[in-house]
Amino acid sequence: MSRIDVCVAACADLFLGSGEILASPMGLIPQLGAKLARLTNEPDLLLSDGEAYLLGENGIEGWLPYRKVFDVVAHGRRHVVMGANQLDRFGNQNISCIGDHDKPTRQLLGFRGAPGNTVNHRTSYWVPKHSKRVFVPRVDVVSGVGHDRGFHHVYRVVTNLCVLDFDTPDGSMRLVSTHPGVTVEEVLDNTGFPLDIGEAGRTREPTPRELELIDKLDPDHARD
Amino acid sequence: MRDKRMTAADVVAELSDGMTVGIGGWGSRRKPMALVRAILDSPVRDLTIVSYGGPDVGLLCAAGKVRRLVFGFVSLDSIPYDPWFQRVRQQGGIEVREFDEGMFYSGLLAASHRLPFLPIRAGLGSDVLRVNPDLKTVRSPYDDEELVAMPALSLDVALIHLNRADRHGNGQYLGPDPYFDDLFCMAAKRRFLSCERIVDTSELDGPPQSLLTNRMMVDGVVETPNGAHFTSCVPDYGRDEAFQRHYAKSASDEDLWPSFVDQFLSRGETGYQLAVQGMS
Repeated sequence: MSRIDVCVAACADLFLGSGEILASPMGLIPQLGAKLARLTNEPDLLLSDGEAYLLGENGIEGWLPYRKVFDVVAHGRRHVVMGANQLDRFGNQNISCIGDHDKPTRQLLGFRGAPGNTVNHRTSYWVPKHSKRVFVPRVDVVSGVGHDRGFHHVYRVVTNLCVLDFDTPDGSMRLVSTHPGVTVEEVLDNTGFPLDIGEAGRTREPTPRELELIDKLDPDHARD
Repeated sequence: MRDKRMTAADVVAELSDGMTVGIGGWGSRRKPMALVRAILDSPVRDLTIVSYGGPDVGLLCAAGKVRRLVFGFVSLDSIPYDPWFQRVRQQGGIEVREFDEGMFYSGLLAASHRLPFLPIRAGLGSDVLRVNPDLKTVRSPYDDEELVAMPALSLDVALIHLNRADRHGNGQYLGPDPYFDDLFCMAAKRRFLSCERIVDTSELDGPPQSLLTNRMMVDGVVETPNGAHFTSCVPDYGRDEAFQRHYAKSASDEDLWPSFVDQFLSRGETGYQLAVQGMS
């Protein structure tokens, strides 16, 4: 079992209890997580192929071009796992640009659907490299909206080191668990703001059956 | 019925400096690239481009055609960022109006319905409102909820690319996603459709719901085989990933760019298509 398999299982756990909603995982690890969730605890999840189709167990089960994705966003039966170039302690996320918006030092993707996602439905984040570059005191541009701005849909953050949530009185970030082999100090050293470490536990290891399924989902180990 | 066939040069001749031009497709998918390349060859400038941006935006930025960009993202899909767009942004070379991509959809829909705005939740609480200080919110007259009033994205010209069309402007997409091409047309005063192949109306076979544009939504039809290259135009062809990598590499390096222009962009659409064939 590798660390990345722990991350995949942690991403799968994001969907625990979701039922029949659209899972929209951005990036390979969240995608593997969502697929793993459907094969285990959450068989009712809907999954897109990343293009215009919903893929069921036996092929195409629905049509979801971009236009209809926006309808689902507004409708609210969706949980997106997005990336983040910057993330602050209330879960404000930036994927637009670094620096001044008029003349950025680094142009990124743009707002994409982050503002709409975060005011309409549950949102989580996947951060493949937990660092102070990502976990900043203040994001340069608020793309995804955090808890201090009046919205409460940011659920969890899964990183290569740990799992975080916002289950605190003021909606600020809290350490839920560190992955096996990772210390709390390592997380704090790589986070650019104070973190509630409360009673942080250990992220669960995937079961043997889950490991088998992850290998089947990604036989070429693109995840490593 | 009117025969609306024309050339890419005819389309570009209808553009003038400072116009607002909407470009269909999505990211690096089904972009009217032959029409974009025709703009690169023209003297037109200072355009406001409205696009779910891909390499259309990058190439127009590279050629200095863009004064202002209205966008929600610019991406090459399999390559996250367009290097030319990044460069001009980082140099402060263009004005931008950046929206959430769902707000962008609402703006097109408002324009196509001739409404001044449409209400949407997206944008509330985010910096969309900070970086677009002219954006306003409205209160629901029913329950007082505050919503963003997304203004209509009205266009002078729409450029879209479909798989098939007849000479009258009935257009058909054969891939899985219509994107927003019909809305771009309905949001615009002048509407131009390029396509892989112009066929007789009776040959527009396939499910009737694949007939995305009808002739009252289109003013000109251009046959441009491989005209979405190097973006995807499934099922006719997928994205040319090798070429896109070559574009991105050339665009990342100002020393490499002139040879890309020389090889691909200096001898018109025929020269472009020949050079692409020669590469593969």
